[in-house]
Amino acid sequence: MQEKVKDAGGSEFTWVGSRPDRPDGVDKVTGRARFGADMAMAGQLVGRALRSPHAHARIRSIDVSAAQKLPGVKAVVTRDDFKDQPSEFIPAGEMMINYRDVVRNVMAREKVLFEGHAVAAVAATSDAIAKRALRLIKVDYEVLPHVIDVVEAMKPDAPLLDETLITAGVEPAPKTPSNVAKRVEFTLGDIDAGFKQAELVIERSFTTKPVHQGYIEPHACVASVSEDGQAELWVTTQGHWIVRAHCARLLGWDVSKIRVTASEIGGGFGGKTVVYLEPVALALARKSGRPVKMVMTREDVFRASGPTSGAHLRVKIGAKKDGRIVAAEAELKYQAGAFPGSPVQPGCMCAFAPYDLENVKVVGYDVVSNRPKVAAYRAPGGPIAEFAVEQVMDEIAKSIGMDPVDFRLKNAAKQGTKAAYGPKFGPIGLIETLDAAKAHAHWRTPLGKNQGRGVASGFWFNIGGETAVSMSLNEDGTLSLTAGTPDIGGLRASLCMMAAEELGIDIDKIRVQIGDTGQLGYNFLTGGSRATFSSGMATVEAAREVMKEACKRAAKLWELPEDAVEYVGGAVRPAGPNAGKHVPMTLKDIAGIAGKTGGPIAGYARINAHGAAPSFATHIADVEVDPETGRVWVVRYTAIQDAGRAIHPSYVEGQYQGGVAQGIGWALNEEYIYGTDGTLQNPGFLDYRVPVASDLPMIDTVIVEVPNPRHPYGVRGVGETPICPPMAAIANAVCNATGVRFTALPMSPPKVLAALDEARAKGTAKI
Amino acid sequence: MRYEAPKSLDQAVALLAAEQGETRVLAGGTDLLVQMRTDVIEPVLLVDIKGIAELRQIKEEAGGFRIGAAVTGAELKEHPRLKTVWPGVVEAANLIGSTQVQGRATMGGNLCNGSPAADSVPALIAAGAKASIVGPKGRREVPVEEIMLAPRKLSLTKGELIASFLLPARAPRSSDAYLRFIPRTEMDIAVVGCGVCLTLDTKDTCTAARVALGAVAERPLLVAAAAAALVGSKVDAAALEKLDAAARAACRPIDDKRGTKDYRIKVAGVLARRAAQIALERARKA
Amino acid sequence: MAKHHVTATVNGDGVEFLCETDETLLDVLRNQLGLTGTKEGCSTGDCGACSVTVDGRLVCSCLMLGVEAGGKSVTTIEGMADGETLHPLQRKFIEHAALQCGICTPGFLVAAKSLLEKSPDPTETEVRYWLAGNLCRCTGYDKIVRAVLDAAAEMRGA
Repeated sequence: MQEKVKDAGGSEFTWVGSRPDRPDGVDKVTGRARFGADMAMAGQLVGRALRSPHAHARIRSIDVSAAQKLPGVKAVVTRDDFKDQPSEFIPAGEMMINYRDVVRNVMAREKVLFEGHAVAAVAATSDAIAKRALRLIKVDYEVLPHVIDVVEAMKPDAPLLDETLITAGVEPAPKTPSNVAKRVEFTLGDIDAGFKQAELVIERSFTTKPVHQGYIEPHACVASVSEDGQAELWVTTQGHWIVRAHCARLLGWDVSKIRVTASEIGGGFGGKTVVYLEPVALALARKSGRPVKMVMTREDVFRASGPTSGAHLRVKIGAKKDGRIVAAEAELKYQAGAFPGSPVQPGCMCAFAPYDLENVKVVGYDVVSNRPKVAAYRAPGGPIAEFAVEQVMDEIAKSIGMDPVDFRLKNAAKQGTKAAYGPKFGPIGLIETLDAAKAHAHWRTPLGKNQGRGVASGFWFNIGGETAVSMSLNEDGTLSLTAGTPDIGGLRASLCMMAAEELGIDIDKIRVQIGDTGQLGYNFLTGGSRATFSSGMATVEAAREVMKEACKRAAKLWELPEDAVEYVGGAVRPAGPNAGKHVPMTLKDIAGIAGKTGGPIAGYARINAHGAAPSFATHIADVEVDPETGRVWVVRYTAIQDAGRAIHPSYVEGQYQGGVAQGIGWALNEEYIYGTDGTLQNPGFLDYRVPVASDLPMIDTVIVEVPNPRHPYGVRGVGETPICPPMAAIANAVCNATGVRFTALPMSPPKVLAALDEARAKGTAKI
Repeated sequence: MRYEAPKSLDQAVALLAAEQGETRVLAGGTDLLVQMRTDVIEPVLLVDIKGIAELRQIKEEAGGFRIGAAVTGAELKEHPRLKTVWPGVVEAANLIGSTQVQGRATMGGNLCNGSPAADSVPALIAAGAKASIVGPKGRREVPVEEIMLAPRKLSLTKGELIASFLLPARAPRSSDAYLRFIPRTEMDIAVVGCGVCLTLDTKDTCTAARVALGAVAERPLLVAAAAAALVGSKVDAAALEKLDAAARAACRPIDDKRGTKDYRIKVAGVLARRAAQIALERARKA
Repeated sequence: MAKHHVTATVNGDGVEFLCETDETLLDVLRNQLGLTGTKEGCSTGDCGACSVTVDGRLVCSCLMLGVEAGGKSVTTIEGMADGETLHPLQRKFIEHAALQCGICTPGFLVAAKSLLEKSPDPTETEVRYWLAGNLCRCTGYDKIVRAVLDAAAEMRGA
């Protein structure tokens, strides 16, 4: 049995904080694990979507007759197969969506709004026939002028995507439509008074480009609908109850008629919290009477699924020479893509969250433009805002001659600080991460030639949400645990560990699975860094129910009152004055008497998990710049983050490292490149440049633990915060190496070299 | 789509010459399969040449090396002598794509794919390699720099294919180097590629040189003026500056998603200098 | 046009299949032979999720036609373990938490095995460059590299 693990707080855990092998590991290293495209159903057809070649066009007509007649084609669907949906906003992950937009995003209706927008789909007996059928579909487009850049889209003469769109959040409401869907504002104190007190004010503008979540597994599903309307859907997703809800709504079917099974998921990062293929595959399956498998090509993933926003930001911070920030202002303009719903609101909320400020004003604009509808991407909106703010913070620190970590410490949010977006923080770990950064060897290591070091802090809220978990005691004393949040990075290991910790048993005695939508009550999706927090909380509750029931059964057997029996060290025993009167019973013993004491023993937790607490981070990045080519390498990186309590430290470290890698890609090379015709020029991993193994150093991690008092084990969600600091940390490092501050992402070599040459001409370059 | 796997060059030539529709030679397939899948091309006939022994061999010939057009980059690297004599050619072929791609990709395919950014081509040109072309009218030898005319346009005629490359006999105190610039460390198409081959006399003066640039024009370029900058010099700072300028002057690049005109021109000069310095070091030890 | 009739060896077993000219080895492995351990990430040879070895050579199966596999010996992720015994690389990946979502893992394992066969004592840099054709979006590669180096050490008996 496992040795006890000592934690920082002094109490001892057996499993929590240790590093056992994950239960789903063997399947994943042998190829046994089944992902979205690994399912096949007998008689299945291949489904393929026809996608718009234009960035913006009115659809005059769609003629599918020739496609329908092609031998081997069993069904064709278009907008006519989906009823229009009235406007209604509902939460989806950390963002709001509107079904009127969802039905149009899934299948274009009046217009195509981005290159790659689906206009029709076919199901055929082979991929070759499906492809041929698509070529036979005639769509009559009236091509319209398009607009992609957010600033361009906000101009009064910009082409309009939705002629009925009136900006929400503006009083009085505008009389004419525009591409600005919403304006949001968050204020604290008096910003003008604040700036008047400032002894130093720095204001900068920034631009970022859209980037894709970049999951290696394309969207994939297999749909089957029987003649009585019962539907099965196998899909790679972060939220199968969400998928069920969307499909039921779009198709007009009862929710109970659709059973969705989540396959293993090959990466999501927020991008698999929405539907693209699924309602279409179900519609094709219904129409053809056969299962339909739809898998996106990599090109379609880039063209037609939702990258995050490109943005334009302006940040202005005023401070006193002693380092106290007296005013902070930001204006954020985020692309939403084809339909409203960029993460500008969380971006606004995040922007200054690490700091204790009296006077703050953040204004955000949600702007539609002719590119795919934004889907969530790991801390949606946060990295963009923090890229801008953390650079201005750096510049201020430099201007007043203060160490950048000390400057952040001087203004750091702590317990009791009121955040600009509303709530007062409970216990939080920002200061601990800043102190850890200062104490870290990385901070003291001398730099080499052409190198620079940068630091940045970051923040992300975490969410709880609806969660259901079921735990059954099997006849032999082992346990089966069913959870509902798809495991995207090690959740099953953590749930096993928390359950084992509660029950005082070996993790080997618990088998955990992710159930389908027919097996559990509603589960909100895996996102918002909520899975370990929420499913963990529910697992603990379910385990406690099992333990309570076990006590009840033993009490019955021993003819003792229920409260005279306790569960300790993996067994039930009499308590108090009755102690020692009966031999303790293990779960195996209890399972043996379950039938005659009342029936099967199970714990079923259905909660709306509250108490999720934010996770703060501070990152240190060292870069080296080639002065003749402008290429930037990251030569050393340290990510320090508060996990509350790391259930399985290896997987917490993995979240830190993964978020850092994505942030590095976002900083240096990733971007959506559009041609003048509005078509995506780099829809593939060749020219959409995610970091490869040789691009990165080892990524050192430090797990700080300031436990969240509202979770039984102190857990904070950790998955999203890691992507927030890297872009600024690297930009700050590049500035320190070169003397040039980069306000536009990505910092690709041609841009770096051009800026270096300009600085050299002015005499301000350091290399 | 037909697939044929001839066992002799004559058979291959006959197949290519006879088919009126779109044909493609299949060697490594690392470009071809991608183009077929994205419907950039739709051949009616694929002629797989990997079954033709001559095309898969590396032989020493006339003091040099004859490399079959269908030898993979990985095989080039594993040859016991080739990387010592021609390190630039071998490293260029092994920069194409990934380890997986190098397991299949060939120099024949890399050249005949017709991309000005092909990695192995500047190194072959700098080496003075000649392509041995076989066709319905027989065999002819052509310097590699005369094969590519423009993107996707080759000087081969119907029914012709490249059978092998001949790397000439190496003069003593000679070596080569290939460098490319890409934004990441691996996996990208060259933004600029530069191959330099040079020979030194016993006093370390450069007596012969060839410099080739890729991805800076509609075809890979043999830059005589760049070579002239090196010949007669000790490849010192002054010569390298002249080399830099000559390389830049030869460029006629485009702006595209991989690099701007200005950037390519600047970096061409930088790479020429750096490649020359590596070739110099290697030549001194050769 | 009639399909090609191909015989080959996959994971040590003789196989026979029919395929169209333009079907890739990846298509054949997954759709015809039911070996879904090899994954499709891009079909352009840029992600390495489809890595297999053919006659001992590491390749992307999406860049090879099914018909080209005739007479060849193909090894996939399903052929890596020896019965019930995991290969050291497989064990080390689990031990080091070198996988999160796991979609890239088969490709990495096949590629890493190929590396260690050619180079039993690679440096960290050599490991990174050999594996540059395998994309991972979850891990940042750190734990993958550590797992490969640790497996190499174990296999050397170090």
